[in-house]
Amino acid sequence: MGQQDLVSRLQETFGNSIGAVQLESIDPWIEVSADGLPEVCRYLRDQPDLKFDYLSCISGVDYFEPDPKKAVKLDGSPRLEVVYHLWSVAHKTSLVLKVILPRWKDDQEGVLPEVPSVADIWRTADWHEREVYDLSGVHFRGHPDLRRILCPEDWLGHPLRKDYEMPLEYHGIRCR
Amino acid sequence: MSTTEEKSSENKVVEFDVRTDEMLVNMGPQHPSTHGVLRLVLRTDGEVVSEVTPHLGYLHRCAEKIGENLTPRQWIPYTDRMDYLAGMSMNLGWSLCVEKLMNLHVPEKARHLRVIIAEMQRIASHLVGMGAYGLDLGSFSPFLYAFRERERILDLFEEACGARLTYSYLTVGGATADLPTGWLQKCEAFLDQFLPVIDEYHALLTTNSIFIKRCAGIGVMSAEMATSYGCSGPVLRGSGVDLDLRRDGEEWYTNMYDGYAFEVIVEKDGHYPNDHVYPGVPPEAVLGDCWHRFYVRMLEVRQAIDLVRQAIDRYSAATDSYGEPVKLNEKLPKGEAYLETEAPRGQMGFYVVSDGSAIPYRARARSSCFCNLSVTSELCRNTLIADIPAIVGSLDIVMGEIDR
Repeated sequence: MGQQDLVSRLQETFGNSIGAVQLESIDPWIEVSADGLPEVCRYLRDQPDLKFDYLSCISGVDYFEPDPKKAVKLDGSPRLEVVYHLWSVAHKTSLVLKVILPRWKDDQEGVLPEVPSVADIWRTADWHEREVYDLSGVHFRGHPDLRRILCPEDWLGHPLRKDYEMPLEYHGIRCR
Repeated sequence: MSTTEEKSSENKVVEFDVRTDEMLVNMGPQHPSTHGVLRLVLRTDGEVVSEVTPHLGYLHRCAEKIGENLTPRQWIPYTDRMDYLAGMSMNLGWSLCVEKLMNLHVPEKARHLRVIIAEMQRIASHLVGMGAYGLDLGSFSPFLYAFRERERILDLFEEACGARLTYSYLTVGGATADLPTGWLQKCEAFLDQFLPVIDEYHALLTTNSIFIKRCAGIGVMSAEMATSYGCSGPVLRGSGVDLDLRRDGEEWYTNMYDGYAFEVIVEKDGHYPNDHVYPGVPPEAVLGDCWHRFYVRMLEVRQAIDLVRQAIDRYSAATDSYGEPVKLNEKLPKGEAYLETEAPRGQMGFYVVSDGSAIPYRARARSSCFCNLSVTSELCRNTLIADIPAIVGSLDIVMGEIDR
């Protein structure tokens, strides 16, 4: 099935949940709204002709540039993208979904943006979401056990945010 | 006579009277059989483990953050330190990903050079996996034999690039240097000597009845579970899922293996490809158990030898260059690319986002061991404590890659 057919089919089935579509880029991607994500994912996994039963990776990408001169490069306003790389074992096809979020929920600094968890659709999402939460600062709603995974539990901040500042010290250990 | 009977009946009473309490046991981060700094918290009741919680991050260096501050070629040495038992495969994964973004095709000769190096690395990596697994299960000698052979591969790598563990040899554009003269002959001599030795490993471990008792039927994982958990490599194929990115992956990667003849190592109707040469599956083993994961690795060593031999012929026949690396500060085109490659431990993915400058805006590594390890809590539920090293060892994890 061609990428274009898949997009039209998803647009027909889910309507407004499907946002921007970029088919010309190296890895074509489809934007999905945060609220529609679990439905779309379940559909992609369960339809026998799609069968995206393998979640390769979830990544958080923070688009933010404090310097307005450099900010032009980012095309678009500051945002946080959660990128889902899917793979179908049966059909050997890949698909990229993106959820585009504000950097902070309701623009209140310090309140993490929210995405529904897909851990009940692909079990591997459990740890991947914990990692994205830990490093990029995204809250996954409905996640069974959302704790930090790589950083210590009492670590402050999310290191892969572009405005993250390394703490001066951690439990008496000099950090910078 | 009567006294012994009395004694044995006493013993029985004592046995019967042993009461166990639930307790938490910390296994690691310094436990030798957790393969690095992995900490498992076991909730035990006597010998039975009811819950396992893995704690990671002891080796976390935030490699991805570092990747946002260096050019792709400068980040190559950091990829070495992810899966430090398969540094070459990590270099290759990142290089291919960046080349995909740059739409840079490496010359023919570089392609075959990469196959030689990547498959030699697979042998070296599986040798450690095999040897260390024997060690986990109480058999010391296979470890020594495995390291003896691995040493010779490391010598070959040292001759090619100067390093024994953290190579930074394969890089964006090709490789840092061509193979030295006489290297191919040495490599072939090694393969000729190594191939018959594999039988010894099978005699020591695969068919060893103690080994079979320790790992056959233990930690059984269904194909659905393996797919849902995102397992990959020998862990996925050991559960009977027919997926090997060298054959099924994205074209950008499978191009490298174009024209190579190899069969994916996966069980079909109770048999593995080429297993007539080696002992077959014992009746105790169940598809998806620790024994199968181990056996897939062993057969992949054999497969890698075939691939290296094919690659050597092609490499010698190719006339173009080994692939000059790109400039250290080569500008990247704007855009993003994701690519997964079949590293020895599974599918290693890299994701690069660029805003048009020489330094990636975001560098992401998807670790195969990270996903493979995530099944531990489910596989180890309601098993015996003694089976935990057998299960965790069969996943063949490297913490450097998990924690990045």
